[in-house]
Parts: sequence; structure tokens; C-alpha cells
Amino acid sequence: MNKIVGKEGLSDKVVKFEIEAPLIAKSRKPGHFVIVRVGKKGERVPYTIAAADPQKGTITLVIQRVGKSSEKLCQLNIGDYVTDLVGPLGKATHIENFGTVLCAGGGVGVAPMLPIIEGMKKAGNKVISVLAARTKELIILEEQVRKFSDEVIIMTDDGSYGEKGLITNGVENVIQREKVDLCVTIGPAIMMKFVSELTKKYDVPTIASLNTIMVDGTGMCGACRVTVGGKTRFVCVDGPEFDAHQVDFDEMLMRLKAYN
Amino acid sequence: MNNEYLKAERAQEWRETLRKSMKNKDRTDLPRVKMPEVPPEIRCHTYDEVNLGLSLEQAIGESHRCLDCVDPTCITGCPVEINIPKFIKNIERGEILEAAKTLKETSALPAVCGRVCPQERQCESKCFYTLKLKKEPVAIGYLERFAADYERNSGQISIPDVAPANGIKIAVVGSGPAGLSFAGDMAKMGYDVTVFEALHELGGVLRYGIPEFRLPNEIVDFEIDVLKKMGVKFLTNCIVGKTILQEDLVAEGFRGIFVGSGAGLPNFMNIPGENLNGVMSCNEYLTRINLMQAADPESDTPIHLGKKVAVIGGGNTAMDAVRTARRLGAEKAMIVYRRSEEEMPARIEEIKHAKEEGIEFLTLHNPIKYESDANGRVQRMLLQRMKLGDPDASGRRSPVAIEGDTVWIDVDEVIVSVGVSPNPLIPQSFSGIEVTSRGTIVVNNDTMQSAVKTIFAGGDIVRGGATVILAMGDGRKAAKSMHEYLSSNQTE
Ligand SMILES: Cc1cc2nc3c(=O)[nH]c(=O)nc-3n(C[C@H](O)[C@H](O)[C@H](O)COP(=O)(O)OP(=O)(O)OC[C@H]3O[C@@H](n4cnc5c(N)ncnc54)[C@H](O)[C@@H]3O)c2cc1C
Ligand SMILES: Cc1cc2nc3c(=O)[nH]c(=O)nc-3n(C[C@H](O)[C@H](O)[C@H](O)COP(=O)(O)OP(=O)(O)OC[C@H]3O[C@@H](n4cnc5c(N)ncnc54)[C@H](O)[C@@H]3O)c2cc1C
Ligand code: SF4
Ligand code: SF4
Ligand code: FES
Repeated sequence: MNKIVGKEGLSDKVVKFEIEAPLIAKSRKPGHFVIVRVGKKGERVPYTIAAADPQKGTITLVIQRVGKSSEKLCQLNIGDYVTDLVGPLGKATHIENFGTVLCAGGGVGVAPMLPIIEGMKKAGNKVISVLAARTKELIILEEQVRKFSDEVIIMTDDGSYGEKGLITNGVENVIQREKVDLCVTIGPAIMMKFVSELTKKYDVPTIASLNTIMVDGTGMCGACRVTVGGKTRFVCVDGPEFDAHQVDFDEMLMRLKAYN
Repeated sequence: MNNEYLKAERAQEWRETLRKSMKNKDRTDLPRVKMPEVPPEIRCHTYDEVNLGLSLEQAIGESHRCLDCVDPTCITGCPVEINIPKFIKNIERGEILEAAKTLKETSALPAVCGRVCPQERQCESKCFYTLKLKKEPVAIGYLERFAADYERNSGQISIPDVAPANGIKIAVVGSGPAGLSFAGDMAKMGYDVTVFEALHELGGVLRYGIPEFRLPNEIVDFEIDVLKKMGVKFLTNCIVGKTILQEDLVAEGFRGIFVGSGAGLPNFMNIPGENLNGVMSCNEYLTRINLMQAADPESDTPIHLGKKVAVIGGGNTAMDAVRTARRLGAEKAMIVYRRSEEEMPARIEEIKHAKEEGIEFLTLHNPIKYESDANGRVQRMLLQRMKLGDPDASGRRSPVAIEGDTVWIDVDEVIVSVGVSPNPLIPQSFSGIEVTSRGTIVVNNDTMQSAVKTIFAGGDIVRGGATVILAMGDGRKAAKSMHEYLSSNQTE
């Protein structure tokens, strides 16, 4: 049982939680995620650790309401407890000074991107962040992203904020303008697929953080498997980050529909 | 176990009186008891336990068959060397609680082992009846289950005596049978034991793997409760090597660590179509159903209930999956196994139960590819027909493909159950321990001690996929030798 000590709505659909988890707050690194369960009949659902405060013993999760389990979590309030919380899971992001790093985050994918942006900046990189969403209200965490980015480009589908266009337009502009050493992309699978196709064309090494369906999150079930470079890998233990150019996104998209 | 000790016990008056009370000839003429079962037509639709357990009369009747042999060979077949004639003769004289106590001298989980041990390959295979009389062995497993259940239902449970607390902290990684039996023995010796479990429930495979129709959760809970009463602490949702590191444990004053992290990593065959929707590992299937209760409409965890289900493999795990699928409404539930039935590693009782429940057995068949419908769901599988060739290194005849002989079969769910590998979490995150190319932790077989003197290991993480009783035996052995090690290194 872990107590919720902070809750804030970032948009209609997105809620930020601060939850007590002292051991995880101490041991987690950028890129790690946790598995959360709400209620005795609840599902085990993975969420990225967006931030942590080891002194306070808390971690921050940013949750998008998309269905039953995320909705259940978003219904909880300060003082409530999540039934189970386990982590940190997955491999940490490989952070070093690459030169110029382009971070392309779509929708709620900006939340898991945040610790990576921060880490990359602190490692001495020039960080260019491209945030994208359908419309202005869905752009989240802009202020925090700005704090650790040399430049922030905002893209909305309807042009209600920043530039009008898809995330790929923003990414392509940057790549055409200057040399990018690494691209990191997190967001809906379909978005990561298009970003990956684009950066492949320009030969920009790209890392994608995959959000497959999971059960245990510890390598025990294989629900999270994806094909990377022709080999089956488990996202929860071998990932969640992989060389995007090697990921079979079509298979992943198909597998995400397993229970629709 | 010490022979002198066995002899002394056998020489006790009450045992002699019992031996004299009936002629051996009359004992051996008695037929072996039949386990009462829920009829197949009914049990196909419920999750209730299939075996109902013996009645008191049946148990006492069966106990008369045991000859209380001078040389009880049955004991040599039991990995934890339960004093089999002693517990059976206690049943014969009606002292069932004494029988249960005898079991607990050496086994931490008798109600579990009485249900899931492959007895026909262990104790019962070494019974005098099997070896010398060529008759059906004494039903040791059934009697063991009976005594343990009797005690549990009697309300007069003996909580083992615990030595005065010595204040020494011991960490256990994993709450499967290896970890539980280790924890119990260490608690008995007065240690301050904490079990760390990665999942949100305790019991390891006993909880997430073996289904309730074979091992009700209530029994696992009960055994864990006994450990709690003995002072063992449990921490769920805590992954050693992730949530808490090796060095954290040392820094927090844990003087010894026992690793019982199991063989939780599922193997796949790496054939085309294996990542289609509807194809999953046995661990995923059983975890969804057993741990997450996905078949309960109230549960948030989804499961697709297949109508034509194929389970690939021939072990206990495969039998559990296929019989579960049947209970969840599969009209066609099949076992696909590349060797013949004789080579199947599953317990004979499980194979028999599966057949009674209408499971089809496609032996000498091996999948080579899966194909999907337009939505990416598995629709059919291509099977290669096999024949048995010459015996391989393991002595089993190895299957060889019959060139060109293949068959398509329609399926809407495939459960891959072709073995598991050791859980890589601890081997990857602990420093100093030695790991084999198969991913198992190297220990001294006599002491279960690893290359790091304060770290011991046992169960599937050392053996690869094995059995409950072997895991338990390892836990006990490790407890004994860790105690010896810590006692002789007090000065540190
Ligand atoms: C490593 C990782 C990190 C993630 N981090 C975040 C995060 O920080 N914030 C956030 O909002 N979301 C995150 N997700 C996604 C989040 O887990 C899913 O959105 C959530 O499971 C949806 O569940 P639901 O019941 O609310 O929606 P549903 O209605 O069940 O499903 C909505 C969609 O999510 C898919 N889905 C179902 N179950 C899972 C599952 N267990 N894991 C992934 N997808 C699933 C479904 O196929 C469907 O397409 C992450 C996923 C992974 C794998
Ligand atoms: C479906 C199925 C049916 C079976 N049927 C039988 C049978 O009929 N008879 C029989 O004798 N055997 C059977 N077996 C085999 C038997 O269950 C195993 O050999 C036995 O459970 C091994 O025990 P263990 O304690 O080594 O590991 P496990 O039971 O696997 O327990 C290991 C535990 O450690 C936890 N863990 C792993 N890593 C960590 C970590 N880093 N930190 C914290 N916790 C961790 C895991 O979550 C798990 O709970 C069956 C197995 C399966 C899967
Ligand atoms: S523990 Fe298993 S092998 Fe030993 S006597 Fe009991 S049933 Fe037989
Ligand atoms: S070998 Fe068989 S008959 Fe003899 S003591 Fe053991 S169980 Fe009884
Ligand atoms: S979620 Fe089970 S193996 Fe990755």
C-alpha cells in the first residue's frame, strides 16, 4: 500500500500524482517504470517514473486516462492508497554526452521523456525538445521541459498552439537545419513508428521507449514481447528503450490491440 | 536420515504391536485405495479441487497395507526423507495429529507435497510393493495429504517451537517453496527472517502457476500463516536487485541471504507467427488466470477465452494450462507434444485426469508455424508429424521429423509450454556469485552455499525447472548450513 501525497490535473485527460515509495525513490534512474495496481481486482499496469524525490521518499507518475485501469487510478485522491506498487523496473536510459539530442515526445509521452531530457542536459548535451499533441490543452509539462532544454518546439495538429503540423514535421525541420547525434522518441506507438521512419531516412540514431501490454513487468510472462532486429525481446526487462530503427512497429501495433 | 534413529523408532512398542496385529499376507492382499474425485463431466466446469481426499476410514484402511519394512526403501525415494512408515503407522493407530507432526519433522509443506509430488517417480517408486511384489505401491502421497488436511481442519495446529530470538537478520529472495522452507527452518532456530517477494502475492509457482483445481490457494495461505505465526516477516512488491540492492541488504545488517528466485523465464520456440495475438507463454496464461483472476468478470485483467486451444508441451505446466482452458469453456483443448506419451514429463495422475476431461493428445506432433486472421489473431497452426528415433544423451528416444508430413489445424489460442529458464534478475544484479551458461546459480551441492559465503541458493534458480519437494529440500539444507556457517563465524 502506497499513499498518494500529491495530485494535480495537467489537462483534461492527464493527471500528475506524487506517491510515497521511499525505496523506489532512492534506487530509480531515468527510464525506469513501476507497475501499479488499484483495488483487489485491479490490473497490474505500467507507468514511467517521471520524477522522484529521494529526500521526501516519493515518486511522480503522470497518467493519461485511456481506459478502465488508468481511470481507476485517476479517481484516487490525496490520502488514498494504491493497492500495490512495484519497481523500479526496466533498464535505465543510457545517458552520456552525445552532442545534440533531439527529444520527440507526443501526448503523455512527454512525462516519461522529462527525466531523460533532464539527464541528457546534465550530461552536457544540447537538448532540443519537440512536444506534440492534437490541440493546445493536451500539451503538458511544457514549463518543466523548458527548464532543461536549449530549445523547445511545440507542434499541434490544429495549430492552436506552437506550429501547426505533426511531430514529424517538427523533427524533420530540426534535422534539416542542424546535425542531430541522437533522437529519443516517446509517445503513442504509431507516432514512434513515423518518427523512426523519418530519422532512419536521415540516418539519425534513434531510441524509442515502447509501451507494450504487460502483466508482471519482471520478465516472467512474455506478454510484453516485441521483435527487435528480428529477435524476440521482452520490453519489461530488455527495454523499455530500444534502437527504434530495429523495432517491428507493425507487429507492436497489432499486439497492442490484443484485448480490444 | 540416520539409520540407527529409524531403527530405534521402529523398535518402539506401539509399532511392534501394530506389526503383530495383522499378518503381512493379509496386508498385501488389500487393494490400493482409490482417491475419490469429482466426476469429469462436473469438474470440467468448475475450479474446485479434483481430488477430494481420503476419508478417515479409507486412510486407516490404506495405512494397513504398509508393512513397516525393516529396510524402508520408500524413504530413499523421498527427497526430504520423510519418515514414511512412522507417519503411516501413526495413521493406522488413529493418531493422525502425530502423523502430521512426523511429516513436519522434515517437510515444511506436507499438504502441498501430498498433492503435487510426482510420487510415482519418488517415494512410491521405491516402495516394497513396487520393487519386490510388483503390486501397486502404498498410497504414500494420498496418506500424506490426508494427515496434513486432517490437522489443518482439526483446529489443533502445532506451530513449531521457535528458539529464543538471536537477533540475526536473514533475507530470503522469493516466496516459493524453496524460500518458504528455508524461512521456516531459520525461524525455528531463532533467526530474524524477512522474505522479499517481487509479486503482490506470496507462494511463487504455488500461487501463480499451479491452478486451484490441483492446489487450492487456501492451503498455500494456511502454510504461509504458520510461518507468520513463527515470526517470519514478508514484504511483497519488493524486487531484490531492483527495489532493494544487494549492498542495501548488507548495509541494513542482513547477515545471510538465501536466493530462491525460481525459474520464471518462459521459453519460446522462435517459430514464425509466435508473436501473434492469441499465442502466449504458459506463464502468461496461468498468471492471468491464477494470480490476476482474469476469468472472474469482476477482475480488470483481460483474458481471451479460446474455443480451440492448443497447448504446446508435455509437462505439468502444459497439463495445468490445457485443463484450465477446458474449464474456461474451450470446446477443443489439445496437447501438442513432439515425443510420445511415454516420454511426457507430467505426473501420470495429471495425464489421466486430462484425458478424462476430454483433452485431445496430439503426440508426435510439433508446431512449425502459426498463421493469423486479418486482425492479427492466430487462426491456424502447421504441425510437423514426428517419429521416435534413437535414444539421445538423456536416454529418451529423440523425436525426428517425418519429411513432408505436415498438417494444418485450426486454433484460436495457443499456449506455449516448452520449459522455463532461471529468473535472470539475481544472476544479473548480484556481484560475486557464479552463474552457469544456463543461468543457474552455482552452489556447493552439500551446503547450497554460493561463491559469496553469506549467500546461499536453492530450488529452481539452482536446478532449472524441477519440483516443489526438491526446492523445499534445498531450502532446508541451506538453512542448516547457513546456521552452521554463521555460528562458526560469530566473531566477525
Ligand atoms: C513501460 C511503460 C511505461 C508507460 N508509462 C506510462 C505513463 O507514464 N503514463 C501513462 O499514462 N501511460 C503509460 N504507459 C501506458 C499505460 O500502461 C497504458 O496506457 C495503460 O495500461 C492503459 O490501461 P487502461 O486500462 O487505462 O486502458 P485500456 O482501456 O485497457 O487500454 C487502452 C490501450 O492500452 C493498451 N493496454 C492495455 N493494457 C496495457 C498495459 N498493461 N500496458 C500497456 N498498454 C496496455 C490497450 O491495448 C489499449 O490499446 C506505459 C506503458 C509501458 C509499457
Ligand atoms: C504450472 C506449473 C505446474 C507445476 N506442477 C508441479 C507439480 O505438480 N509437482 C511439482 O513437484 N512441481 C511442479 N512444478 C514445479 C515447481 O512448482 C517448481 O519446481 C517450484 O515451485 C520451484 O520453487 P522455487 O521456490 O525454487 O521457485 P518459485 O516457486 O518459482 O518461486 C520463486 C519466487 O521468487 C520470486 N522472485 C524472483 N526473483 C525475485 C527477486 N529478485 N526479488 C524478489 N522475489 C523474486 C518470484 O516472484 C517467485 O514468487 C510446476 C511448475 C509450474 C510452473
Ligand atoms: S514429500 Fe513427496 S516424495 Fe516425500 S513422501 Fe511425501 S509425497 Fe513422497
Ligand atoms: S516400502 Fe512401502 S511398505 Fe515398506 S515401509 Fe515404505 S511404504 Fe511401507
Ligand atoms: S511483462 Fe511479463 S515478461 Fe514483460
